[in-house]
Amino acid sequence: MSSKETMGKTFTVAVLLCLVCSIIVAGSVVILKPTQQENKALNLQANILAAAGLLPAGADKTAIQEAFKKIDARIVDLDTGEYAEPDRVNKENALDYDQRKAQKDPKLSKAIAGSEDIASIKRRVDYAKVYLVREGDEIKTIILPVSGYGLWSTLHGFLALEADANTVVGFGFYEHAETPGLGGEVDNPNWKAQWPGKKVYDLDASEAPKIALLKGAVDRSNPEAEYQIDGLSGATLTSRGVTNLVQYWTGEHGFQKYLQKLRQGV
Amino acid sequence: MSTASAKQVLFEPIFSNNPIALQILGICSALAVTTSMQLSVVMGLAVCTVTGLANLAVSLIRSQIPSNIRIIVQMTIIATLVIVVDQVLRAYAYELSKQLSVFVGLIITNCIVMGRAEAFAMQNGPAMSFVDGVGNGLGYAVILLFVAFFRELLGSGKLFGIEILPLVNDGGWYVPNGMLLLPPSAFFLIGIFIWIVRTWDKGQVEAPDYKMSAHRVKEAF
Repeated sequence: MSSKETMGKTFTVAVLLCLVCSIIVAGSVVILKPTQQENKALNLQANILAAAGLLPAGADKTAIQEAFKKIDARIVDLDTGEYAEPDRVNKENALDYDQRKAQKDPKLSKAIAGSEDIASIKRRVDYAKVYLVREGDEIKTIILPVSGYGLWSTLHGFLALEADANTVVGFGFYEHAETPGLGGEVDNPNWKAQWPGKKVYDLDASEAPKIALLKGAVDRSNPEAEYQIDGLSGATLTSRGVTNLVQYWTGEHGFQKYLQKLRQGV
Repeated sequence: MSTASAKQVLFEPIFSNNPIALQILGICSALAVTTSMQLSVVMGLAVCTVTGLANLAVSLIRSQIPSNIRIIVQMTIIATLVIVVDQVLRAYAYELSKQLSVFVGLIITNCIVMGRAEAFAMQNGPAMSFVDGVGNGLGYAVILLFVAFFRELLGSGKLFGIEILPLVNDGGWYVPNGMLLLPPSAFFLIGIFIWIVRTWDKGQVEAPDYKMSAHRVKEAF
């Protein structure tokens, strides 16, 4: 009994245990990383397709990759609203551009003033990656990446718009860590089903985005209803976060200029 | 304990000494992941793996562990195993791991794992400890499946995602009971399970902590 209770023994056991455990943990992370990344990439593609309403039900890996081939990625300069060549972000292909990585890169992003930062993202990329679904030469759907802070976490998702750059085709998050059952209901298919057909802007009145989540349910007889989405019950802060992030990314610091140019047919 | 056979050690925790029903351990995650059978199966497997391997590892080095750091040593082993399980799930069952989210990580704090390592693996041989860990994991899984069966069937009319009771929304006749999808319903179901088990095996009923004495009216002085 006494032989294993010495100070030296305690330290030896602790150090050895930590070493062995850290090797096991590190090993499993390194070995499984490629598979995990593949899953993550596939999940991202599936979510882009889902936002655009192109995800076949029960699609497997090959179906997703096949469907994703129809989608074209472009780089957009958020300050001018014009397309930029992929070499501006040091990539050969727009698809390879990692916008979330660029957000942390001081060369590719700018800090946002607190008053403008309604989505609480702190930094905004100079160049954003948009996805386009084309039919012949015509753009059919525009898929915009959006992100912003909810209650606990930054929500990352996609907002898909029709060719009029105003009507919503679909909306969904591919990554968030909101409370399951409350804020986590942003993943609820019934809630997401409200988005298609809604309008982001009231173009007769102003250029600023109007779409917002209400507190409670939308009164469908209200003429404003086409700019309104039901709030999530029990998740006021997540709902507010979703409104803010959608308004930020469709607003003047987001894709507003780009969408204006699209509407003018440039 | 040396007289107990492997079979006893494996099957005892399932009904007669169930960690949830008798020891009331680890019910927090039982509330969270039992909304569908599929999640419960994965969670049950994950817990079995962790309890089994943690008991095995602790038992292997039990004669080396200084008693003043034994709890943290057990904790480190358990945490390592849980991280590995979580990584494997993320690689091979991505969708499910997204739904299980933090609850896989929370196996670390599941009292069953730690309880078995401390109570059984510290005193018994590796093989027996492994069997005990798997048995207790199975005991946990049985409750999970029992609760999930009713929650998924009555809450969303499905089992393993396959429609059993056609829902009104899809043109069927069954109006799903939304309450069963919320955590409190798991409390009721676990309570009912404990009731059934204790009616069947009276030996599990604990003696009351105190006896109520008959009500008497005393006259005031």
